Amino acid sequence: MTVSATPAPKTKFSDLTRMPDARGHFGPYGGRFVSETLSFALEELEKTYLSLRDDPDFQAEFDYDLAHYVGRPSPLYHAKRWSASLGGAQIWLKREDLNHTGAHKVNNTIGQALLAKKTGKPRIIAETGAGQHGVASATVAARLGLECDVYMGAEDVQRQKLNVYRMRLLGARVIPVESGTRTLKDAMNEALRDWVTNVDNTFYIIGTVAGPHPYPLLVRDFNAVVGREARRQSLEQIGRLPDALIACVGGGSNALGLFYPFVEDDDVAMYGVEAGGDGVETGRHAAPLASNAPRGVLHGNRTYLMSDEAGQVSDTHSISAGLDYPGVGPEHALWKDVGRVSYVAANDKEVLEAFRELTRMEGIMPALESAHALAHAKVLAPTMRPDQHIVVNLSGRGDKDIMTVAKIDGIEF
Amino acid sequence: MNRIDQRFSELKQQGRKALIPYITAGDPAPQYTVGFMHALVEAGADVIELGVPFSDPMADGPVIQKACERALKQGTRLIDLMQMVKEFRQTDTTTPIVLMGYLNPIERIGYENFADQAASAGVDGVLIVDMPPEEADEIGPLLKSRDLAAIFLVAPTTSNERAATICAHGEGYLYYVSLKGVTGAATLNADDVAEHLAPLRGMTDLPLCVGFGIRDGATAAEVAKVADGVIVGSALVNRIAESQDAPETIAGQLKSVLAEMRTAMDA
Repeated sequence: MTVSATPAPKTKFSDLTRMPDARGHFGPYGGRFVSETLSFALEELEKTYLSLRDDPDFQAEFDYDLAHYVGRPSPLYHAKRWSASLGGAQIWLKREDLNHTGAHKVNNTIGQALLAKKTGKPRIIAETGAGQHGVASATVAARLGLECDVYMGAEDVQRQKLNVYRMRLLGARVIPVESGTRTLKDAMNEALRDWVTNVDNTFYIIGTVAGPHPYPLLVRDFNAVVGREARRQSLEQIGRLPDALIACVGGGSNALGLFYPFVEDDDVAMYGVEAGGDGVETGRHAAPLASNAPRGVLHGNRTYLMSDEAGQVSDTHSISAGLDYPGVGPEHALWKDVGRVSYVAANDKEVLEAFRELTRMEGIMPALESAHALAHAKVLAPTMRPDQHIVVNLSGRGDKDIMTVAKIDGIEF
Repeated sequence: MNRIDQRFSELKQQGRKALIPYITAGDPAPQYTVGFMHALVEAGADVIELGVPFSDPMADGPVIQKACERALKQGTRLIDLMQMVKEFRQTDTTTPIVLMGYLNPIERIGYENFADQAASAGVDGVLIVDMPPEEADEIGPLLKSRDLAAIFLVAPTTSNERAATICAHGEGYLYYVSLKGVTGAATLNADDVAEHLAPLRGMTDLPLCVGFGIRDGATAAEVAKVADGVIVGSALVNRIAESQDAPETIAGQLKSVLAEMRTAMDA
């Protein structure tokens, strides 16, 4: 009998914890596809982050802010009434909606703001879709006294007026982006153009697990607090790990945050729920993974990317501005290929139903983004037994979406 | 010998500097592009950079963004560019052509397919704005085996260490980006450019060409004093935008813009 030179992986998916590689690749995905002017800034950011990643002082500062400014840990709440009405598994909600600024996005902006402080850059920029990342960026900028410009698609500025005003109150400048489809991807283009011009004095806070290396890595790390807490809380409150996790996926930061600390727990199933829009079959959606979009390169990384046969990036459609993006974080792309996560879509109609149901049955109004995860919980829970458990990431609260829902109801203020 | 190398060696013998115009293919409509290319050659172009329109041109300013939008509205695809180059080659077999654009259209049709089509159409070089040498492992050998030059960018922010890597991978010429910003941004500073080009001379024998911020004969002449070539894009594309409703007048205008630069550079 021969002894293998390399120890067998602890579990089937242990290799996934070693991603990305030194050049920011997640298998065939990720990387650093940027114009040369930005290479230096990204190398600098990577060095800064890697030097601080295991620095106890940096971690202590981050943890302190998460506890005393964000209000962590967020509760894991047993939605008993909703679970009973669905008649299957027990549904537990990870309450990221209770964070300061109302979503998981702040976990990342707190972390990146600490990095901005270390690099000494006086100005931050951000892109935003629904406005949650913009608000979270404007918030940390206000707290640190940094100048803050937020790029937002002109269409989203219309859809999310409340968050636009919140950002302005916080002292940020919101710059509507009129180019292209006037949504999140165009906001990101414009933020990259700003960064390439002002790279000497500007820190770019990317809001999701996409973009060029090291962004997918650091945004994942900063959000992984969600999964670490959920894992510990599950053991305490359920007495064991949950059977399934569900989170919505646009770029995919809240999903990776929840999933990552469970990646080696083979018995925990994971579901990423993309924006089905009018239905994946109609082509009017924002579900690159669930629709098996081709491989492509946009915004600095290779991933599943909705594009036409000539490689032009497709228009996307979703009720939720925060998920209205043609690509997805590269780590999700890899996790789809290796089968660690099942990626599905929920369409706008199902999302609205879930939004209303949770609001009426549990008194919790979810963000329309998070309602995608809830819509899949409605499908999954009844197929499971009442002694099984699902943790759903309630990634944000729905206050910002009241106008959108009211409009659908035909109500004008 | 690749047409780019051939052209630069001729220019060197003549003691002249290269004038390299950029236009976006398919702008304002695909049927005009080949005519524009010939007009540029008549006005003194040494190499032509033919832009591949892309839906998300992240490194470009508003002028070239709008050019992409016009070209895409007319349905211009990467495979149509191959046809344009083929047509151009029917009457011009010497002017080097470089395809310039973003990676996704190439990724979508496949690297090998792209390299085959480009080589058989008569393309000489490829500059992919969002693909630094570190990400070119896969496409690099496919281009090289078909004698297509992989052209890379060097920026004011590029460290000497990175510049050495880029020089080691680069072929054809090095494209020095004169300023931090997008295409069509502020005017460049020629002294600053000269300062950045100096260390590159020690790293490579590749011709050093400078783009971004060259608007007229005066800036072209200034840059030509310190560089081996001058790249001009937005100044030409602006003329296309202004006259998009009278496309028959555009070729003449492109010629006059470029001829002014040629004269200033050669004076």
